[in-house]
Amino acid sequence: MDLAYQILVKPFSDMVSAPDFLMQVLWDGLVSGVLYALIALGFVLIFKSSRIFNFAQGIMVVFAALTLVGFYQAGVPAWLAVLLTLAVMFVLAVAIERVVLRPLVNQPDIILFMATIGITYFLVGFGEFVFGGENKVMITEQLHIPTGTFEFKPFGGFVSISQTDLTAVIGAGILVTVLLVFLSRTKIGRAIRALGDDHQAALSVGISLSMIWVIVWFIAGIIALATGIVWGARAGVSFALEVIAYKALPVLMLGGLESVLGAIVGGLAIGIFEKLFEIYWGQPLLGGNTETWFAFVFALIVLLFRPQGMFGEKIIERV
Amino acid sequence: MTNATNPEPAPAAPILWVNNIEVIYDRVILVLKGVSFSVPAGGITALLGANGAGKTTTLKAISNLLRGERGEVTKGNILFEGREVQSSSPNELVRRGCIQVMEGRHCFGHLTVEDNLVTGAFTRRDGKAAIRADLEMVYDYFPRLKVRRQGQAGYTSGGEQQMVAIGRALMSRPKMILLDEPSMGLAPQLVEEIFEIVRKLNEEQGVSFLLAEQNTNIALRYAKYGYILESGRIVLDGEAHALRENEDVKEFYLGIGGEGRRSFKNVKHYKRRKRWLS
Repeated sequence: MDLAYQILVKPFSDMVSAPDFLMQVLWDGLVSGVLYALIALGFVLIFKSSRIFNFAQGIMVVFAALTLVGFYQAGVPAWLAVLLTLAVMFVLAVAIERVVLRPLVNQPDIILFMATIGITYFLVGFGEFVFGGENKVMITEQLHIPTGTFEFKPFGGFVSISQTDLTAVIGAGILVTVLLVFLSRTKIGRAIRALGDDHQAALSVGISLSMIWVIVWFIAGIIALATGIVWGARAGVSFALEVIAYKALPVLMLGGLESVLGAIVGGLAIGIFEKLFEIYWGQPLLGGNTETWFAFVFALIVLLFRPQGMFGEKIIERV
Repeated sequence: MTNATNPEPAPAAPILWVNNIEVIYDRVILVLKGVSFSVPAGGITALLGANGAGKTTTLKAISNLLRGERGEVTKGNILFEGREVQSSSPNELVRRGCIQVMEGRHCFGHLTVEDNLVTGAFTRRDGKAAIRADLEMVYDYFPRLKVRRQGQAGYTSGGEQQMVAIGRALMSRPKMILLDEPSMGLAPQLVEEIFEIVRKLNEEQGVSFLLAEQNTNIALRYAKYGYILESGRIVLDGEAHALRENEDVKEFYLGIGGEGRRSFKNVKHYKRRKRWLS
């Protein structure tokens, strides 16, 4: 009876009795959620357009962040370092298309997946070779990202919002909006969606696969850089950052591998739910640290009921 | 009966010349064993034959889509407007004016009908106004699509999907459309409607058509010239009206044999006895 009370009643009474704390928790969850959504978006775009599950998305985040810091340390002004990093990500996209994707066209999916594991190890080795293995500090201030905090006193309580987080959320929001508009309104965006629907037909109407692949991998690179800056600002730039990419896996399970909207909503949902669960259930009942596994369990439970994910594209089938 | 390996020059100058091509899949499976034919500019030419005869492979060889299926043209050559196609990528070929409408329609199911059509203009660089104008032209030919323009293509009917596929090809301003099995899975009435539109497009827009069809009857009513493909070889060709009168064609492809129904066993025997080529 006491346990039932602990699970079913107490968390909610806690939420109601300290609404300012609840807001703080929700905000923190939202911030991680935005990042999960960003990473998941990188996965979704590549999967949609080439049926490749890109294992290297995580290391691309690290690589982009390292390149940015590396350029800055080499004496390049911060804004130029960002542009140069984008250029590097573009070169990387072209190289991946030429060296990895093109020769492997029409191989089974699993072979392409293995190839992305290869890319992962290449980037780890190459990154360490060029930038060294030690942790670096993200050049947050040099990029003019504010570092103070806003403090609110709603309901007579206290909520603090770090300006870095706020910038991250706004920046990610803009990035995602631009991306959505790009996908739905432009010629290239339409081609990317067409490619996701039917490869053969896309080829037959004259869509150039290699061009689209370069574009898609470049977009994934841009997303990686954005994610790298934000996570780097919170946790420093190190190869351990790669692990956050795996946090995107439950997001993908939840959102469906092909749904842009699913990646966004799934990411936010997982970010918020895992925080709520950690604070109100995990810490008092399970000794905390539930954030490492909550997302996976949550995704598994959802999959039990909806195998295509919560927002997986409906499979349209006609005979 | 003309010799199939050496097609007579068609009356109009050919827009497409397929010259003794051999296609091998996966390096071992020989599918086309020396196919030759030509398509006159501004005409409708039919490529007929049963399942597995090699019609689709021929069409894919022409639009250079075989590599995606591990097929390869190992002998012979294909000329579109006098220039080799093998050296052009599929998108360059579309830009040159040769586009394929694949068997089974292949619409982009999650895109709207209109987005599907606009995607067909991917290779064009003559500006949005021209593309808009052509969109209206496609809607004139396919008024049903205009009604459904905002609907997801995946939810339209089979006939509408075929119209989307043809309309999408039209949006690339092609000189020639390779139409693979447009009648597949459609009600006879719809098939008639689609072929009518093909004829109109041919007459009004001057688009040349190469039709791959199993439905010999309707294909020979709309085409001017026909080739019959069997096990990777052209076994018969001629003017469409001549083919329709041909006893063998009647027997095997139109199903109106002179001596009434016979058993499959006898048919095979007959076929063995009267090999057209060799």
